[in-house]
Amino acid sequence: MSPTARLPAAARAVVGGDRRALARLITAVENHDPAALPDLRALYRRTGKARIIGLTGPLGVGKSSLINGLLALLRAQGLKVGVIAVDPSSPFSGGSVLGDRVRIERQVGDAGVFVRSMASRGHTGGVAATTREVCRLLDAFGLDVILVETVGSGQVDVEIREVATTSVVVLVPHLGDEVQSLKAGLFEIADVFCVNKADLAGADLAAKDLSELVSLGANPEGWRPAVVTTSTQTGTGLDVLWSAIDAHEQFLDTKDLRRLGERRRLAREIVALVRERVGRELTEALDRDPDLNRLLDGLVARTIDPYAAADRLYRDVRGKG
Amino acid sequence: MGRASTPAPPIRVLIAKPGLDGHDRGAKVVARALRDAGMEVIYVGLRQTPESIVDSAIEEDVDLIGLSCLSGAHMALFPRVLNLLKAKRLGDVPVFAGGIIPDEDARALKKIGIRAVFGPGTTLEEIVTTARRIARSHA
Repeated sequence: MSPTARLPAAARAVVGGDRRALARLITAVENHDPAALPDLRALYRRTGKARIIGLTGPLGVGKSSLINGLLALLRAQGLKVGVIAVDPSSPFSGGSVLGDRVRIERQVGDAGVFVRSMASRGHTGGVAATTREVCRLLDAFGLDVILVETVGSGQVDVEIREVATTSVVVLVPHLGDEVQSLKAGLFEIADVFCVNKADLAGADLAAKDLSELVSLGANPEGWRPAVVTTSTQTGTGLDVLWSAIDAHEQFLDTKDLRRLGERRRLAREIVALVRERVGRELTEALDRDPDLNRLLDGLVARTIDPYAAADRLYRDVRGKG
Repeated sequence: MGRASTPAPPIRVLIAKPGLDGHDRGAKVVARALRDAGMEVIYVGLRQTPESIVDSAIEEDVDLIGLSCLSGAHMALFPRVLNLLKAKRLGDVPVFAGGIIPDEDARALKKIGIRAVFGPGTTLEEIVTTARRIARSHA
């Protein structure tokens, strides 16, 4: 029996290089379709090989164009590359316009590239709730590097850290003075700072400010973020950017930080999975169980307080499990 | 996973302009209307080849494709997109079209499988309603 013979059909097709099967499985993951679970479980042990690189930063700084540049660079090195580009969903209609493919130029029919647009679907933090799982599918598909582009991020959008092993924070000249870079949030998560649009005036100053920030000290893991300048307009600096990313990836390996980081992320992931399940069970129990339902009447009548009611609900559901 | 299914996943639609044609205002207006109707619009814009359109349709697993053409090359480009879709086992993805397309051509395009052709003056409401009706349901 071949090693793939025991896989469920969709998983087998993905491992076999079927692009359409991969695309459909991604849709199933995005839609939380429980039918995809056997495939996801089967594919998990085939993951962990791809390097997942995040590009984040405010809107309009050139993230998609940088990804386009990196894509060409990595393909020239013979690496297979996946791109996941996240754009926001409308909080009003739920719809979205996913426009990152406009910037991506590639050879038609190149089997070494797979690009997928994702809508954030109400998830905050810069990525979609399922971006991590979609990365895993691209990993199982056999891609070497996965470039993840976040939505245009604000100061608190740092969830790319849960997805990528190296995070590049992309900035442009004139975004603010050096005090901005001291603030918490986005600037804290950078493994690499990239000042893009270096063809514009002020890029040197921005890079200098960031270099000063970096010189204030290494991050808690002992890494001092690199500062690079790029221009996708002139095509300069992309090789330097990739070298900086690569240096951080090597740092993770030499310090055993890749394994430790993944361990922490996976711990959070399984806790989140359990939390979701327990949350659903609790809600269902409240709806169904007449005794528990009376708790709500008691709360409204002020005969019981929310903390006591929560205790009661928790004990009740746990007792049944 | 193990999460409850959301009631109705959004329709994913690809909006593309095949060929050499510099006018994308119409395609953008339609993209925005479909967004406002709750769809996820993968907008690839200008100067797409039929091959790149079909590559995008595969990777994005779209339920619907909208092609726009104002250059007059629709009779050359649209059938090529349809044929390529069939060749790549995507024959079940419905395609609609918009642009400056004479009635006679519109009839011919519908005959070969374009599901709807929208000319100047079509209301956005009509486009949205039709798009919803013809979109492939998530299997």
